[in-house]
Amino acid sequence: MANKSGINRRSGLALVLGGMAASVIPNLAFAMNERSAKKLVDRVVADINAVIDSGKSEDQMLADFEKIFVDYADVATIARYALGVEARAASPSQLKAFTAAFQKYISTKYGKRFREFIGGKVEVQDARAVKSFFEVKTIAHLQGSAPFEVTFLVSDGSGEEKFFNMFIEGLNMLLSERTEIGAMLDKRKGDLDKLIADLKSAG
Amino acid sequence: MFRKYRSQNPPIVLSNVGVRVSRLALVGLVTLVSACSSPQGLEDITDPYESSNRKVHELNKSLDRAVLRPVARVYTDIVPKPVLIGISNFSNFLDMPGNVVNDLLQLNLGNALKNSGRFVINGTVGILGLYDAAAEVGLYADDSDFGETLHVWGIGEGAYLELPVMGGSTTRDTTGIVVDALFNPMTAFLSDYWKLSGTGIKTLDMLGERGRFGSTVDSVLYDSADSYSQSRLFYLQSRRHELGLEQAEEDYFDPYEDLYGE
Repeated sequence: MANKSGINRRSGLALVLGGMAASVIPNLAFAMNERSAKKLVDRVVADINAVIDSGKSEDQMLADFEKIFVDYADVATIARYALGVEARAASPSQLKAFTAAFQKYISTKYGKRFREFIGGKVEVQDARAVKSFFEVKTIAHLQGSAPFEVTFLVSDGSGEEKFFNMFIEGLNMLLSERTEIGAMLDKRKGDLDKLIADLKSAG
Repeated sequence: MFRKYRSQNPPIVLSNVGVRVSRLALVGLVTLVSACSSPQGLEDITDPYESSNRKVHELNKSLDRAVLRPVARVYTDIVPKPVLIGISNFSNFLDMPGNVVNDLLQLNLGNALKNSGRFVINGTVGILGLYDAAAEVGLYADDSDFGETLHVWGIGEGAYLELPVMGGSTTRDTTGIVVDALFNPMTAFLSDYWKLSGTGIKTLDMLGERGRFGSTVDSVLYDSADSYSQSRLFYLQSRRHELGLEQAEEDYFDPYEDLYGE
């Protein structure tokens, strides 16, 4: 969509070369991104299901969830957003320590909740390009409740394709964590080092 | 004779008139309220009553800690799951005629048909609403309420409110709750005995829900640094999603464009 002129130029070239290639080349390039965003979510869902079905102990499962989070989520971006404007004032080493503590905290928090998904399944629906990233919609089927929507936002802004936000029936994970981290900081009178230490010991 | 008949049963006639008047008054009130405070983006929060809301929140929390949570835990432990599901289905069944009325008020004929279908199927095959037979054929619950009707009529959500016992709401949605309670077509024809039973079923259903979503509620109420903000965010976002206020493309925050989300 950014380089419409590129498409036109290619179309012109393709006309000379003849055949259907004209419409296929640019579309293919576009579709591959949507497809790969969808594929990423497919893999996340498959990995989560595998952990849930593994029957491991809770501690082992939480460690597995943390690995999934690191593999598929843009942890640095999520952590920085959760910290909000405070991230600007933080030193690089503080930011690094916060990101590590946040990673543990969030995967434990959500990992504990994923047990509610036992026996359920998540279906990946469709993906569309939004701004600089992709929105992938999924439908979660849990036992005893009507199917509900879970949306992932996937970007390659970090250099790798990773998800950076999730909406569970409209609940924005980034916003919820930003509210929570903000409240934690307030409680500690804005002391980031104390927050990092507490996040490490929690969970 | 006619006179006597009327004088013996004035409440029906009077309450209808009274209800109609109060509904108009309420709609007027909400229009007023929401005219001055209507959030634009999906992440905006209008909470001018925050300090009193926080007091109600603390009250609700102590009520939950002292009564709701422990009772719900025992209740869901003792009562077999099929019974819990039956109660939840029946509670939902009682709301279906009200859903249809609201669907019609919203001119949402598709949902009106769907909820009528659910009412008929669950009322017959589903043994008076105990079994959600309609869901088996893909007719899932699609609840509505007068708050949603007001939304469809173009009225903004107004200010956030935390109600005692019931929890998160807004000025518009609270108006909806009052109107729905006054106008419930299901209870309009029931005797006081059945009305009371209906309330009993609703209460049991609430206990069942508290037990079933126990860890979610616990994590919001007791594990977060500011449970009031989290509950508020939870309510507003779920409600807006329920009302079909989709995240518009331009509303999606892009952390790769704006590093700190200012």
